[in-house]
Amino acid sequence: MPDTALYAPATTQGASVVSRPDVTVTRAAPLARLAFRGDATAAGKAGAAFGASLPMAPLAANPVGQRAALWLGPDEWLLLAASGTVGEEVPWALARTLCDEIATAVGTHPHALVDVSERNVALIVSGPRAAALLNTQVFLDLDEGAFPVGQVTRTLFTKAEIVLWRTGPDTFVVECWRSFAPYVEGLLANG
Amino acid sequence: MLLISCPWCRVERPEIEFRYGGEAHIDRPAQPADLDDHQWAEFLYMRSNPKGLLAERWRHVHGCGRFFNAVRHTVSDRFVCVYKTGEKCPDLEALAREGAQ
Ligand SMILES: [Zn+2]
Repeated sequence: MPDTALYAPATTQGASVVSRPDVTVTRAAPLARLAFRGDATAAGKAGAAFGASLPMAPLAANPVGQRAALWLGPDEWLLLAASGTVGEEVPWALARTLCDEIATAVGTHPHALVDVSERNVALIVSGPRAAALLNTQVFLDLDEGAFPVGQVTRTLFTKAEIVLWRTGPDTFVVECWRSFAPYVEGLLANG
Repeated sequence: MLLISCPWCRVERPEIEFRYGGEAHIDRPAQPADLDDHQWAEFLYMRSNPKGLLAERWRHVHGCGRFFNAVRHTVSDRFVCVYKTGEKCPDLEALAREGAQ
């Protein structure tokens, strides 16, 4: 299971995609997700309102309780938030509240803030063979020396673009677009 | 697989995460309306196309999404250096003299 308070396994049927002794792939429960773009000033204000500061270092993640801010580019972040109760529905009220609070905090400073809660789904890949299974489709060095715990990056999963976050030594989260999920799950199940 | 280092992410990444963006340091004319067709065609289409070192734009499209510049040898496909958009173009002749190939 992931070493953050953010991701919980989904309770829906079929949530277990792969279940082997050495690796499991599980769909995660829905989250509120926001795409944020802006300069350092905008990011500073957004982080204060969001409750987790937006990391300025490349490939860094800042998980704070049930919030996380993930660096995707020098002016781009993915903001994740859980409501605390695991449900089958996107926590729309939370997404709405966060959107309003961040928009108010950043004010007229140039920025872009988009609710992408329903665009992404997350898969939790966990177990001693997690890196090996991901490496059947992800062309990065996933050795802990090269890709340490806490590192997050956008990359390719064969043909699908994903966000890959190492939340523990043997645990990764794959954030992928909803329409790519059957492709990603299928390749993991056969990997 | 060719590894390209991204100056924004500060890591080496596989080539498939990147897209080529053509020759770098081509400035758009400040007053396009003042150009005649020949000058405009020069700006749009004419590139140096050397057999050797070339400063190019690349985009880390499946990573941080940013554009950056790189010096690449067009024969060996070797990346000599990368630098951020807005930074000065390295002295390509000096690099060639130093033996970059
Ligand atoms: Zn990059």
